[in-house]
Amino acid sequence: METTNKYFFKDMSVMFGRSMRHVFRSMDTIITVSITPIAMMLLFVYVFGGAIETGTENYVNYLLPGIMLMAIGSGIAYVAYRLFTDKQRGIFERFHSMPIARSTVLWGHVLTSIISNGISVVVIILVALLMGFRSSAGILAWLSVFGILGVFTLALTWIAVIAGLAAKTPDGAGAFSYPIIFLPFISSAFVPTNTMPSAVRIFAENQPVTPIVEAIRNLLSNQPVGNDIWIALAWCIAIIIVAYIFAMRIYKRI
Amino acid sequence: MKNSIIQIKEVKKSYKDIEVLKGVDFEVEQGEIFALLGSNGSGKTTMIRIMTTLLKADAGRIVINGFDIVKNSRNIRGSISLTGQFAAIDEILTGRENLQMIAKLRHLKNPDEVANALINRFGMSEAAGRRVSTYSGGMKRRIDIAMSLVGNPKIIFLDEPTTGLDPEARLEVWKIVKDLSAAGTTVF
Repeated sequence: METTNKYFFKDMSVMFGRSMRHVFRSMDTIITVSITPIAMMLLFVYVFGGAIETGTENYVNYLLPGIMLMAIGSGIAYVAYRLFTDKQRGIFERFHSMPIARSTVLWGHVLTSIISNGISVVVIILVALLMGFRSSAGILAWLSVFGILGVFTLALTWIAVIAGLAAKTPDGAGAFSYPIIFLPFISSAFVPTNTMPSAVRIFAENQPVTPIVEAIRNLLSNQPVGNDIWIALAWCIAIIIVAYIFAMRIYKRI
Repeated sequence: MKNSIIQIKEVKKSYKDIEVLKGVDFEVEQGEIFALLGSNGSGKTTMIRIMTTLLKADAGRIVINGFDIVKNSRNIRGSISLTGQFAAIDEILTGRENLQMIAKLRHLKNPDEVANALINRFGMSEAAGRRVSTYSGGMKRRIDIAMSLVGNPKIIFLDEPTTGLDPEARLEVWKIVKDLSAAGTTVF
């Protein structure tokens, strides 16, 4: 609609600032996206971990990628919830009837999702370090890890946009995230797939979480990543494209 | 006639097979309080959504503040503000932050001063530092209307602004509307 817009960045910063305030003012959000994954990590390392045979010496190292993905999975549920609230309260309408760059209304939420999930991932890594996580990865490998996590977050965020805009109730807005949070359980995130029954194993090895987890795990332990990283990126980019198209279609309708 | 700040001609809008607006014509002069009456579902909100650029009309001509809605919707958005049926406020933010946010989005130079001036004008200095979620219905409406006044738009669209308010709060809203009109703002 508007081709060039000199206010894009200014409006974007207002939208982003507003949405980040929502994150930091909601105890619920902070607990769910950081403390719950940390509790899961403690549980798996200190309760189940002793009985799990991963073939690696350090189970925290094995577990960390899956925990990060779960944190992002629960983080995006709040993106959907915030979008739903904005739509429900008529805040979108107020913004859209103002002389602003309209696209920032949506992109502010998307940027907030990337940044707030980034923060919770960093917090989780710091706790993992206290629990004995060690990595021999160099700068480039770390950057690749954050790159993959960023693309993964973006993919889930666009799914969250669809859920938030299409939902009829606040519960509905968040419900889509449960299957996403559970996907890591049926993958190589917590245990190697080779002890799973074949049907489960086939699913586990061919769903997006496994290549993402494997790529991150290998990057962090300085191992060759092979094809996993490309499969991981292909999954994420495919999800981004499809979800973005659907999200924009719904967004134009409201 | 040429001074009309809102000119509406033969505006039509249908949702699928249902014809909601069947050729609406009217004009509103500057400083006028213009009320659109009709039963529920008669298309009042649809008309307001079209004039506030949220919805496109199927046919007809709309000129607001001298701008044609098809060619110049952005300039129209700079001349108007909308207060919907339900208070469109960010409940996580405080009253002051809501006003500042709107001032920034209207690209005003001094958002803090604009916010403070409105807080004083609406007698909300005590509540301004609290989150809007703690406000009563009447207070939410007040801050909602205050948000619509940020940047002194020429035309203010109020879509059933007294919905859900008690009689006292209703009177207060109507008093605000009268004051605005006296100051030259067009209220729809």
